[in-house]
Amino acid sequence: MHKVVIVGAGPAGIAAAELLHVNGLIPTLVDEAATAGGQIYRRPAPDIELDMRRLLGRGHRRYQRFHARAGHLLAQIDYRPQTTAWAIFADRVWTLRDQIIEQVPFDALVLATGATDRTVPIPGWTLPGVVTLGGAQALLKGQGALIGRRVVFCGSSPLLYLAAKQFLAAGATVGAILDTTPFAAKVAAAPDLLRAPEVFADGLKSMARVRGAGVPIHHGVRLESFEGDGEVSAVRYLDRKGRAKSVHCDAVAFGFGLKPEAQLADLAGVPFRYDPTFRQWLPATDGDGRAGRRTYLAGDGFMIGGAQAAEISGSLAAAALLQDAGTPTHGIDRSALRRRLARLHRFQHGLSRAFTWPAGTLAGASDSLPICRCESVTAGEIRRAVGSVLGPIDINRVKALTRVGMGRCQGRFCALPAAELVAAAAARPLEAVGRLRGQAPVKPLPPTARVRDRS
Amino acid sequence: MSEAKTSLPVANGRVVRTAARRSRVIEFKVDGEIVPAWIGDTLLVAVLSHRGALSIHEFDGEPRAGFCLMGACQDCWVWLEDGTRLRACTTPVEPGLAVCTRPPTDGLRHA
Amino acid sequence: MTKPNRSDVAIIGGGLMGAWTAFFLRRKDRSVALIEKGSVGEQSSGVNFGNIRLQGRHPSQFPLSLRSQALWEDIEALIGERCEFAPTGHLYLALASEQVDKLVQGAHQAAVHGVEIEVLDGQAARARWPWLGSLVHGASFSARDATANPRLVTPAVVRAAKLLGAHVLEHARATKIEQLAPGFRISTDRGPIIECDTLVNCAGAWGAEVAAQFGEPVPLFAAGPPQFVTEPIPCIISPSVQSVDGTVIFRQVARGNVIVAGFPRGPTDPIANRAPVPPAKIIATMNRLAEVAPVLASAHVIRVWSGIEGYLPDMLPVIGRSGTTPGLLHAFGFCGHGFQLGPGVGLCLTELAIEGASRISLDAFSITRFSGSATTVDEKISKEFDAAIAARTGGSRIAVDRE
Repeated sequence: MHKVVIVGAGPAGIAAAELLHVNGLIPTLVDEAATAGGQIYRRPAPDIELDMRRLLGRGHRRYQRFHARAGHLLAQIDYRPQTTAWAIFADRVWTLRDQIIEQVPFDALVLATGATDRTVPIPGWTLPGVVTLGGAQALLKGQGALIGRRVVFCGSSPLLYLAAKQFLAAGATVGAILDTTPFAAKVAAAPDLLRAPEVFADGLKSMARVRGAGVPIHHGVRLESFEGDGEVSAVRYLDRKGRAKSVHCDAVAFGFGLKPEAQLADLAGVPFRYDPTFRQWLPATDGDGRAGRRTYLAGDGFMIGGAQAAEISGSLAAAALLQDAGTPTHGIDRSALRRRLARLHRFQHGLSRAFTWPAGTLAGASDSLPICRCESVTAGEIRRAVGSVLGPIDINRVKALTRVGMGRCQGRFCALPAAELVAAAAARPLEAVGRLRGQAPVKPLPPTARVRDRS
Repeated sequence: MSEAKTSLPVANGRVVRTAARRSRVIEFKVDGEIVPAWIGDTLLVAVLSHRGALSIHEFDGEPRAGFCLMGACQDCWVWLEDGTRLRACTTPVEPGLAVCTRPPTDGLRHA
Repeated sequence: MTKPNRSDVAIIGGGLMGAWTAFFLRRKDRSVALIEKGSVGEQSSGVNFGNIRLQGRHPSQFPLSLRSQALWEDIEALIGERCEFAPTGHLYLALASEQVDKLVQGAHQAAVHGVEIEVLDGQAARARWPWLGSLVHGASFSARDATANPRLVTPAVVRAAKLLGAHVLEHARATKIEQLAPGFRISTDRGPIIECDTLVNCAGAWGAEVAAQFGEPVPLFAAGPPQFVTEPIPCIISPSVQSVDGTVIFRQVARGNVIVAGFPRGPTDPIANRAPVPPAKIIATMNRLAEVAPVLASAHVIRVWSGIEGYLPDMLPVIGRSGTTPGLLHAFGFCGHGFQLGPGVGLCLTELAIEGASRISLDAFSITRFSGSATTVDEKISKEFDAAIAARTGGSRIAVDRE
């Protein structure tokens, strides 16, 4: 029987598992979390009485449907929760659960590893109380907890408004929403955003709800710093007219869109391509998710698209896998799905213009700004390394000289900003600066973990 | 002993619980002090409900209280008194855990 | 037609050996062109373990090693940068009683050559280094040994050489070497052509290719130990540590990370220079680390990589004059222990180039030892390398391994 391993039990992984199961396979589904859902459909830990209907509003129906489907499916496949996939080698996925390491062989691999927030370092970003947008939502949905009592949401992302709406529903005070992209850019992006009218409408409703609750919303701001002594207490910014402003808070949730968690794809040997729209190196696939030998990618883990795009790409990846395995495939209309996916990807392009990544801000950053929060490497150190290098400079060389990206998170949060900084300091195009190479383990591994042989 | 639906405590930390818990209250320690928590809490929530920070960063000497809250940034690792390391945002709290915000090895001789 | 640049000496290979050679040649006022196909110090020189070790060397290396150590101890005065050089000392561990003899023998041999080594039993070792676990049956400690940060060293030496006037060409691969008799002409893929009186082959894992062009092939193969690094934890471990049975090597750097290497060494790809490490190799070494130093049991591993080094079957390098070609010098194939020898090799090659003779005998490392039909194979090949490599290397002369 064709052995398929899927990594990730969010909407993409579940959709892939579903189609494979409908077509007679019993895949192994490895997921780091205790329950399925990824980020978007994260459910509260057991025994936490969180009113998800109130929290999610219109999104609650999709959430319920997902968990009903997932619950039914997971009981029938080889589902391994709380299991971290940390390496891919010789057609095996290496996993860790509770100090036990296992090797899971596969004939085909589906990586649906999702994404995390894309952030840009801002003075004060390491202060207690400053978290990512996605993190603020994860804490609320998964633990029924708020990051603080008076929260400022800032950066640029549709999640600013969605998260603020959810926080209001949970009883938080939202001090302000500070969106660094000018409103005019959102208007200009509207034609592309209309390609996914329901999603667009949801977004507008979130904005309206937040505005209706009296939350100050400012577009086109420039974030200056997160202030505080030992913990965050205010956000300083320039409004769209360049006037210095400040809003006090005890927590900040910030982010500028998402970036795929593509470390396992890297280890699986998937080639990466530079994408100028998203200013990132992304794993390369054909239209259906094929990414090279035996490997298929789905969901935000290779291209940011949101929950619906994730489900569609999960189905398409599973269909491609079945086709490649010579199995006739039931239960899917690939052409229709491809069309919908294309529309959703166009929508994402629109989003990237409505909520822009502040590529230029790092060029003017102070030398003392920490870029790598794990290793405390500052912008100044990176600039000095660029200046000291003999020959053409790339991010790996800068890493070797400064330690940027060598910490516990292995570059997850510093790689993109560091590359922008290197490109600016070296006057080179971002693509020429390259990308950091992945290596195992993709998450920290305890030296006491022991191998168990399931056979 | 399990408890019926419990009301929320008023705690002085940075994280605010908004949802009641059906699970039982347990006790664990932070820097030697006994702190209540609920089964189902992550270690991050359990500690930050009563404290402002999880650890002191080894290179900048500043307090850290997590960042991505979803197991990606690795900012929230904490020490236990027996030298164990745990990632607070993805580890459930357990009764009797003894968390310290500074390394328990701080007193060990550099030999 | 590009007009050739003329130098007294041209060096192929901008790794540690080439860098130090260029530096010392400039101190003696000889013009130098250093030709490197990538960025300086990117290969083995940049990713090795970082040990500056006197203990445990083959006896023939002691004079060279001691000469080199004195230069290391003066590094800041020499090149203006310290590169995290630290006199940590080096600790050998016997993890089983039958390994203790090896420690004692090694200590005696070192003493003969002027290296002071203390031997301790397990109990005394634990008293001195309380983080050692009960697994340790004995230890030998060489106080003069040191460590440094290999990522920083070669670029720093090259910077110093450049300041003294060395001509450094990076991203320039030598495509053709012609003998002008006397002298050589080196063409590069970037355009510049270098003419020189003396040519030095410091091309590391590619050194045998160069040597083969001059009719003296050597059985060099590329391999690398699996290495990994832990998250930073408070500084507890002061010496650089190595188990005699080869199952674990580790050192804790000033920032608190513990760098670890293990065996067996596996094949690496010198062309792609990216060796994915089989996870299984790391786990055995990780578990061993936790046994030897239980205080490290929770220091999580955050990254794995493979070293890439040029090895010869007798586990000794090639250093010295060519056996076939006047004016050609070699220094490559350092079998994973070249980092400590770097400055000494640079100085000896400089003496060879200028005075015709090195002040330290390099006979044991002569390339001519491979011109016969039989090659000595060190027992380490079967003990410390993947079985496939050991099988290929056994006994007879082999071509350059290019997998």
